[in-house]
Amino acid sequence: MSTVLFDEPGPKARRRIRVATVLGTLAALALAALAVRQFAANGQLDAARWQPYATWPMWRYLLDGLWSTFLAAVVAAALSMAFGLLLALGRVSPRAWVRGPAATYVEVVRTIPALLLVYVVLFALPRYGLDLPLFWKLVVPLTVSNAAAYAEIFRAGINSIERGQTEAGLAVGLTRLQTMRLIVLPQAARRVLPSLVSQSVGLLKDTSLGFVVSYGELLYSGKVLAAYNGLLIQTYLVVALIYLVVNMSLSKLARTLEARQPAGSVTLRRRTARA
Amino acid sequence: MGVLLEHLPELWQGLIVTLQLTAASFAGAAVLGVLVCALRVSPVRVLRALGTAYVETLQNLPLLVLLVLVFFGLPEIGIKADPLVTAIVVIAVYEAAYIGEALRSGVNSVSKGQGEAARAIGLTFGQSLRHVVLPQALRTVVQPIGNIFIATTMNTALAGAVSVVDLTASAQRVNLVEAQPIPIFVGAGIAYGLIAAAAGFVTGRLERRLVILR
Repeated sequence: MSTVLFDEPGPKARRRIRVATVLGTLAALALAALAVRQFAANGQLDAARWQPYATWPMWRYLLDGLWSTFLAAVVAAALSMAFGLLLALGRVSPRAWVRGPAATYVEVVRTIPALLLVYVVLFALPRYGLDLPLFWKLVVPLTVSNAAAYAEIFRAGINSIERGQTEAGLAVGLTRLQTMRLIVLPQAARRVLPSLVSQSVGLLKDTSLGFVVSYGELLYSGKVLAAYNGLLIQTYLVVALIYLVVNMSLSKLARTLEARQPAGSVTLRRRTARA
Repeated sequence: MGVLLEHLPELWQGLIVTLQLTAASFAGAAVLGVLVCALRVSPVRVLRALGTAYVETLQNLPLLVLLVLVFFGLPEIGIKADPLVTAIVVIAVYEAAYIGEALRSGVNSVSKGQGEAARAIGLTFGQSLRHVVLPQALRTVVQPIGNIFIATTMNTALAGAVSVVDLTASAQRVNLVEAQPIPIFVGAGIAYGLIAAAAGFVTGRLERRLVILR
């Protein structure tokens, strides 16, 4: 392998790599051993504390939670994609009075923690007579915050389509809206598909805020289960494992979609660091 | 407005905690992120695999799950730790995965010829890294790292869900007493916005000064 950092290793470098391999493996094993020792010393590895997770009722309960997670994630994703698309169209509009509010929304919402939005829906809206059902107390704030993220993805996609496409559309007599709908958007949608999927991983991660609103998604189900059986570490580790499996599959899908993009097409900068 | 001024001490204290969380965990994440990046671009396969496992695990785990696991898990395995310190460490470990990836994409954005040219004129590994690769890599990642900083600020709010009284948590507490959500939450939102705006301003200036046109 050859990267910007080094050439194909020669005999001396290969020796050094072997040494580093051994040292790296030892360091990793030592870390793992330390963790296992700490767990064992406090009785967390006792079979009795893990046995329950080999039984179906526990899993059924957690999988029910996972189903609620999916439900919240899918509804929030659909709503925020639709809303995000509108915002993106607003931001590329030739009219300043459309562009301004759309840009303000995106820029403001992108800097507010989702948890703060959750608290607003949880505590502020009821005071003004709007007490939403539990499901929407989670979905509404997630939609509000993720719409801004999706909007930026769509906008990047729209901007990545060559100007000539729009010009050609207008030249053959289509209106601006028709050009957007028939020519620009279909191409943009294909380009941003991987980013949409990886943003959706972020959204799925955000649904863990159900922990705060007591909506019965996966993390909250874990909380309830841990309070019931007292197996804190075991329960939360299993919950973490489920999130990992689901999100890794989605991330892999995003990478596959990215790899299938035509060569030389713009790859959009992925949104970083989601909660 | 009155309610904000009345509870200014608590909210101010919350803002200080948020700033502490952000600054400390971002600094930790930067150091750890360099390490993660070094693992991922190293020629040793075992180290690369470790780096990949680190990034994949943390990027696919909700931060709140990690926080809950560590906050409730540590006492169970006999470790007592200060909540603020625990939150800082957890957020640093989490964001390090993102910083590591941003740095790696920076290193990868330097064209191969640059490194080859550096080696061809006889620079050692350290020299070519210091004089050729890193200066170019760092300049391309100013914006992404700035985004990670803003995300870190927002993510510190989650520490409020596990007993650290940061800005979001103190706003929520004040609201429980006063029941005047609009001014309190809007005030907190503005504070977050200002932090993000400051970060955006700094990274914008830095990027304009450092940008390399290719």
